[in-house]
Amino acid sequence: MVADLRRCVGCQTCTAACKQANGTPPGVQWRRVLDLEVGEYPAVKRAFVPVGCMHCDEPPCMEVCPSTATRKRADGIVTVDPELCIGCAYCAVACPYEARYKIDGVATKCTFCVERIDAGTANGLKPGVDPEATPACVNSCIAKALHFGDADDPGSNIARLLAENQHFRMSEALGTGPGFYYLWDKSP
Amino acid sequence: MTRPQSHWDARAALNFMLGGSGAGLMVASVLLEPPSPWPLALAAALVAAGLAAVWLEIGRKRRALHVLFNPFTSWMARESFAALLLFPLALGSILTLRFVPATALAALVFLWCQARILRAARGIPAWRVPAIVPLVVCTGLAEGAGFALFFSQQPLLLSLLGVAVVARALAWVRYRAAVKSAALERAGRILLHVGTAGALACALAGAYAAPFAWLAAAAAVAAGWHLKFVLVTRASPFQGFNLPHLPVRGTR
Repeated sequence: MVADLRRCVGCQTCTAACKQANGTPPGVQWRRVLDLEVGEYPAVKRAFVPVGCMHCDEPPCMEVCPSTATRKRADGIVTVDPELCIGCAYCAVACPYEARYKIDGVATKCTFCVERIDAGTANGLKPGVDPEATPACVNSCIAKALHFGDADDPGSNIARLLAENQHFRMSEALGTGPGFYYLWDKSP
Repeated sequence: MTRPQSHWDARAALNFMLGGSGAGLMVASVLLEPPSPWPLALAAALVAAGLAAVWLEIGRKRRALHVLFNPFTSWMARESFAALLLFPLALGSILTLRFVPATALAALVFLWCQARILRAARGIPAWRVPAIVPLVVCTGLAEGAGFALFFSQQPLLLSLLGVAVVARALAWVRYRAAVKSAALERAGRILLHVGTAGALACALAGAYAAPFAWLAAAAAVAAGWHLKFVLVTRASPFQGFNLPHLPVRGTR
């Protein structure tokens, strides 16, 4: 997933769409938008930063999970099997992105709307291009700040955005390899 | 609906407090002369109580055995396997006093796993540092040496307590250099003043009067428990988010 920080206006429509699509209870936001102020008056800048599960290359949540409930699919999406999870919350303290919530005894988090993706791809649709195969937060974004697709596919919208813009990933020094990229400026 | 949980609470802390002390006591039991089943029984009870406490924390209690599914990467699963090894050995030692060194070795493995559980939690800056491992291991050993003094005040055990609390203090100083946590400041001071200096002074006097040895033991145990309770429940805020670059708007 890609979030264009220049476009995000902090409207939280993605948050609402996520809650509507996934039926998360009050207090649980799989997709959040942080409202950050940086600097000191009068040189203050404001940034809106969508966050959630980063679907890391090396997910620390999966490494610590004692029950193998947390797994990573071949397409890179990190999932939680609620039938295996014991609700120890170890994944919650292992995730540097505060993306996990223990609800009703088991861990939950953003799934990139995996059911929608699977249903869409089963019908020949392309994630990130066809709304029926794309996460709800991306579909709902009013500013086209959120994008979804296969970063390894050189022809994908994600690959193009990453090539055309400077980007970073959150807390890369931890070695988790987040699958969530933030665009912040044009490529030089 | 239960309240969303994103942190460990006192039940998880109890596993580190009681489990660490129990494992430490099993190690200290090797030095007890004459060997006695009672310290081993108490140690096994402490470890069991710690595991029972953390069992109360998990969301799906009837699935507790799922904790054994991933020993390949999860230190929590490895801790559970270590416990599965520890309890039969402890039982054998209690009944026959023949497996005490093997039980102590298994207890050390259990203690090591506990320390690595915290080290593997990459979301918590106060836990993920390498210095947490010697701190948790030394804390368990110091508490175990303290508990052993309630059974015997022999000079060897007093010396063990002295060495253990000094090692724990050094581990704390090393950890403190790596982690700045306001929540841990007070617990660290208590560890150094009460759990180390106070315990050492009492241990010296304990060579002459048993009540001082008990006081040294109580100081060592209480300071260690307090530190671990704070470490697990209070010094565990997430690292938060930071932006290496701010968006440069108006360029599209």
